[in-house]
Amino acid sequence: MASKIKVKAKLSGDVAEIKSLMLHPMETGSRKDPDTGEPVPAHYITQLTFTNNEKTVMVANFSTAVSKNPYFGFSFSGAKAGDTLKIGWVDNTGATDELETVLK
Amino acid sequence: MDVGRRLLLKGGAALAVLAALPRALLAAAWPEKAFASTEADAAMSALFGTTEATPSDRITLKVPEIAENGAVVPVTVSTTLENVESISLVVENNPRPLAASFEIPAGTLPDVSSRIKMGETSDVIAVVKTDAGIFSTSKQVKVTIGGCGG
Repeated sequence: MASKIKVKAKLSGDVAEIKSLMLHPMETGSRKDPDTGEPVPAHYITQLTFTNNEKTVMVANFSTAVSKNPYFGFSFSGAKAGDTLKIGWVDNTGATDELETVLK
Repeated sequence: MDVGRRLLLKGGAALAVLAALPRALLAAAWPEKAFASTEADAAMSALFGTTEATPSDRITLKVPEIAENGAVVPVTVSTTLENVESISLVVENNPRPLAASFEIPAGTLPDVSSRIKMGETSDVIAVVKTDAGIFSTSKQVKVTIGGCGG
C-alpha cells in the first residue's frame, strides 16, 4: 500500500528542516459515534521515528492529544544531499506506515 | 482452494506483524505510564522521576493566546539550553495532561513543532530535559470550543 505520510525536507548547509504530515484519525477513545451513540475506540499513533542513513534523528511519542492527521516538524544537523531519510509510525493497534525519501 | 487462500492471507498478516515487531522493540519504549496519568504532576514524575522543573527563559514556547478550535492548537518549542535529551508537552487541564514527548538525539536541534488537542482553557507547559536537569516554561491558551465564543 502506498504510504500516507507526506514529508518536505529542506537542506540549508548541513541542517535538514523536516516537515511531515500523517494521515491518521487520532481517536481519543472518549468520543461517541454521533449516529449510533457507541463509543469510538481509541486509535492513535504512539510513536513516530525518523532515521537518516540508519541513524535515529528523532523519536516522537504521541498521546491521543495530538491532533487528527498529525503534523510534526523538526530539524537535525549532519545532513547532506543524497542521505536517505526514513519515517515510520506505529499506532496503538499495531498498524504501521513508512516512507523513505532522499535528501536533496 | 478457498481455505488455502484464507490461510495464506492469515499467514501473511502474521508475518507482517512479526516483521514490524523488531522495529517496535528496538525503538525506545513508549512511556505508557506517563501518558496514562490523569494529573500533570503524576505525568511528570512518571516521565522524569520528579515533579520539580526549573523555570527557564531559555525555552521558547510558541502557542496561540486564543485557540478558536481546541482540536488543532499549533505548538512550537525551541530552546537555547545545551545537551537537550527530550522535549515534552504537558496540557495541565487535559484529561491526560501529557500530550507528547520528543526524544532529541545528539545532532538533532531542540526545536519541534506539532499540533495538539485541548479540551478547555489551560496552561501549556514545555518541559525540557537536559544533562543538567529538568527545565520548563508555560503559557496559557484560551480555548473557545467549536467557535461558539465559549
